[in-house]
Amino acid sequence: MKSLAELQAIRDKARTQLNIRNENENNIRVLVGMATCGIAAGARPVLNAFVEECAKRGLENVTVTQTGCIGICQYEPVVEVVVPGEEKVTYVKMDAEKALKVVNDHLVNRNVVTEYTIGKYSE
Amino acid sequence: MYRSTVLVCGGTGCTSSHSDKIIDKLNEELKAKGLDQEVNVIRTGCFGLCALGPIMVVYPEGSFYSMVKVEDIPEIVEEHLLKGRIVTRLLYQETVEEDTVKSLKNTQFYAKQKRVALRNCGVINPEVIDEYIAMDGYAALGKVLTEMTPQEVIDTILASGLRGRGGGGFPTGRKWMFAAANQADQKYVCCNADEGDPGAFMDRSVLEGDPHALIEAMAIAGYAIGASQGYIYVRAEYPIAVERLNIAMKQAREYGLLGDNIFGTDFCFDLHIRLGAGAFVCGEETALLTSIEGNRGEPRPRPPFPAVKGLYGKPSIINNVETYANIPQIILNGAEWFASMGTEKSKGTKVFALGGKINNTGLVEIPMGTTLREIVYEIGGGIPNGRKFKAAQTGGPSGGCITEKNLDVPIDYDNLIAIGSMMGSGGLIVMDDTSCMVDIAKFFLEFTVDESCGKCTPCRVGTRRLLEILEKITEGKGTLEDLDKLEALCYYIKENSLCGLGQTAPNPVLSTLKNFREEYEAHVVEKRCPAGVCKNLVQIKIVPDKCKGCTLCARNCPVNAISGKVKEVHEIDQDKCIKCGVCLDNCKFGAIIKE
Repeated sequence: MKSLAELQAIRDKARTQLNIRNENENNIRVLVGMATCGIAAGARPVLNAFVEECAKRGLENVTVTQTGCIGICQYEPVVEVVVPGEEKVTYVKMDAEKALKVVNDHLVNRNVVTEYTIGKYSE
Repeated sequence: MYRSTVLVCGGTGCTSSHSDKIIDKLNEELKAKGLDQEVNVIRTGCFGLCALGPIMVVYPEGSFYSMVKVEDIPEIVEEHLLKGRIVTRLLYQETVEEDTVKSLKNTQFYAKQKRVALRNCGVINPEVIDEYIAMDGYAALGKVLTEMTPQEVIDTILASGLRGRGGGGFPTGRKWMFAAANQADQKYVCCNADEGDPGAFMDRSVLEGDPHALIEAMAIAGYAIGASQGYIYVRAEYPIAVERLNIAMKQAREYGLLGDNIFGTDFCFDLHIRLGAGAFVCGEETALLTSIEGNRGEPRPRPPFPAVKGLYGKPSIINNVETYANIPQIILNGAEWFASMGTEKSKGTKVFALGGKINNTGLVEIPMGTTLREIVYEIGGGIPNGRKFKAAQTGGPSGGCITEKNLDVPIDYDNLIAIGSMMGSGGLIVMDDTSCMVDIAKFFLEFTVDESCGKCTPCRVGTRRLLEILEKITEGKGTLEDLDKLEALCYYIKENSLCGLGQTAPNPVLSTLKNFREEYEAHVVEKRCPAGVCKNLVQIKIVPDKCKGCTLCARNCPVNAISGKVKEVHEIDQDKCIKCGVCLDNCKFGAIIKE
């Protein structure tokens, strides 16, 4: 170890992996439906896309977690995004590419991707 | 990138209830389900709630599974890690609320705790240096070496008010100041990790859960006093701690955090481990230094103090593991931050190992000034089976007991001494009305008699005579005169022993004698043990009116002391009875009594 900068670099790199162990109630929560219906419809790549994209962008205020079936199996993979203090947004028929757009638009820039939401889809 | 992390406790407690097998099974199941690239399994240090081990926490949900069995693993993997359905039935029940799962930090056990020394235990993987660095590890060492002078470091520690956590409570900054002021060609930084008090295991948990914190702190101490060498004296009975320390030291050397020119400065520092062979007296600082030098672990008179003439005759400092664990935090957060916690003369937090008659056996870290009532009834979850609190023993074989009337005294170094006990290293053994205080005193004396090194007569002979008197009392052969002799001998040993072992050995006797004299008198005068512990003073009897002659007691008696025909009243042969109490536990009619 020759300098503080070197230590800082190791710290930043390691921190993204440890961030998951912080329980913060003010975090944005991304819930990916991972029941049998969700997994069958392809929820795993969606979940992993969220996890990886958030880590890549260093989004420390986002918790990506899985949840069970919420009862709309025909719309799986279903992803819910909960921003504290705001109404929950439900995205349906998700895939990995759509996940990247949700991270960019919704999680980073706080614009709901209306075209993927359940309201839009069931119209 | 892992989407989920499973932390499994790898402290000594959970390891002995097979947490390693749980880790193996987890990895096996995850692989079978193709989740091994998505879910990360980590073996951490102690979570503190040892009573509920093995413990396993799943993030990002923060689900706290307790008393996990290997058979539960397939279900947890299938339901929780694959399908996202938390297995509520296996969670720590206090975290389960009607329709939600409560965060661990809001549970009774953790809510009042403040984790400074234990902050990384149960959070990071102690065998991966990057995880320690991610929690701002080695940042304090970097700050000290690049921004502060040794004097500034000492001033910071002095201003923080940190006192030695090994039991003595000597201000750490003062120790460092004395050692720094003495000029020598070589100085040494030593760590006392020879945790020997029965029932104390906080140092072990720091070593197992956060070994880098100790390494970083010792390097900081080395810079402050001008030492380039350090020794960690750790007891050989802590194999997991020793293994993780060795791994941590190796990693620190690879990263150049131990060795020459650390952080590109002139500062060079390296560490060595010495294993203690199990002698309690080696926790005494002069005996510890003698043992590191390769000699028989015996104390020597002070002065000269180690700061003047310590290891190999050079100026040295010796601090306890928990003391060191606070150092990096004080450097990073400032002396004011540390001094804002605790009481007027005792700053910061203290780790206690809760044991004995208490629901949540385990490790807790609380701000100084917390009351014993809060520790026992809130954090500790109270006393099992609705029993009544009788006393709590702090300071192990050197300490004394705290009685019910002092339950609300804020715990700090000075208050504990004022009520006749001491902080000690932090073992806290809770006793209820089934504990006999004479027996407790005898237990600790047996320990000190065993552990007295024999160098000075008051300790070697005196403690043995004390034990003999106590044995006489518990056998029902004591006299009132013995109680006076006991007390006089206690003071004599305290005043004349060479080192801390002998000087404090009579404390459990004095303390119980002072607070529970009537119990001693019951043994001596009435030949009765009120708690029903001392075997020679109790009789187990069958109440003829209640006995149905079911033969259950007779069948279970290990020494065949019970006789009687079916459907007839049974009888216990007092000559054969060993008072084990098996019959008492087995009788369905409450026909057997102890008196």
